[in-house]
Amino acid sequence: MAPVAPRSGDAIFANIERVNAELFTLTYGAIVRQLLTDLEEVEEVNKQLEQMGYNIGIRLIDEFLAKSNVSRCVDFRETADVIAKVGFKMFLGVTASVSNWDAEGTCCSIILEDNPLVDFVELPDTCQGLYYCNMLSGVIRGALEMVSMKTEVTWIRDVLRGDDVKLLKQVPEEYPYKDDECFMLKKIKISKHLFKDT
Amino acid sequence: MVREVSESCLDSLLTEVVSCYCNRFYPNKHDLAARRIEAIGYQVGHQLSERYTMERPRFNDHLEAIKFICKDFWLELFKKHVDNLRTNHRGTFVLQDNKFCWLARMSIDPLADSGKSPEDITSPTAGNKATHAMKMHLYFPCGILRGFLTNLGILCAVSADILTLPTCAFTIRIKA
Repeated sequence: MAPVAPRSGDAIFANIERVNAELFTLTYGAIVRQLLTDLEEVEEVNKQLEQMGYNIGIRLIDEFLAKSNVSRCVDFRETADVIAKVGFKMFLGVTASVSNWDAEGTCCSIILEDNPLVDFVELPDTCQGLYYCNMLSGVIRGALEMVSMKTEVTWIRDVLRGDDVKLLKQVPEEYPYKDDECFMLKKIKISKHLFKDT
Repeated sequence: MVREVSESCLDSLLTEVVSCYCNRFYPNKHDLAARRIEAIGYQVGHQLSERYTMERPRFNDHLEAIKFICKDFWLELFKKHVDNLRTNHRGTFVLQDNKFCWLARMSIDPLADSGKSPEDITSPTAGNKATHAMKMHLYFPCGILRGFLTNLGILCAVSADILTLPTCAFTIRIKA
């Protein structure tokens, strides 16, 4: 039987059940607001958002693999491309781009020009330090862990926060695990360039 | 062109929120968890009511507002209308959705968390636990309805009942 070709993000998105993004955006915002009320500490909220994202990611990967027909990615570059072009597209309906590769090919930036999570969102001054979209980091980390990739996902730039966050340099470590699978600590940094309507 | 995301995004988000509040934050205090989940829904409903009624004239009475919910509001959110509306004409409305999308993919597995032998699946507790878990998911849409109506000046209490999966009924009791 001939192998089924991987489907493009657009094709998948056109064929799946979709909902009003506004409901999704407002729900996410209400969740963040409720977490801030209940947990009070911004750092704790960041942590919980990431954890929730992780729990979602470990399940979402199944749907991703089932619907996209992507074959195993040969390297991390391909993985990042697939996340940006297919993953984001089929779930959030937006395409991201990948850039800023380091020399070893273990660290890159994924840039989201358009992000439904932050439509109409403005952060008040009381939320300094909040990574509003931290759930996305968790989703990516969770999904990749299910395909044997240990990653660290951090935000570099976030227009909601108003300024650039300094990059932390991290060294990926290799843990030989199985025959052909290695747990490599890789880092995907997500840049978000958003243009707020002023 | 209305912006859209995949249905699984919203489904996963809601499932995770319910799980988070019920199992991590308030493991043995389900009413506290329920109140938080309802509060999240309330926020959403409140904001949606502003967006969806901006261009409309004010509703003449409660029935008109409820009908709007049954038709236009439900259509925007769930791509269908409410299947059945009943009222006692004294401030209580029951909205029935025969295939409520947030319940549509749920099923009850009576053995799942009871740890009991098959003979016990007919016992009331096994089924109740699963139904209870599903009910937690309904606090969110109840909150949406309450938030929506409150922003229109209609104070009410909203509760939900699962009839037979995936049919559920939302009862809106308007406070005089």
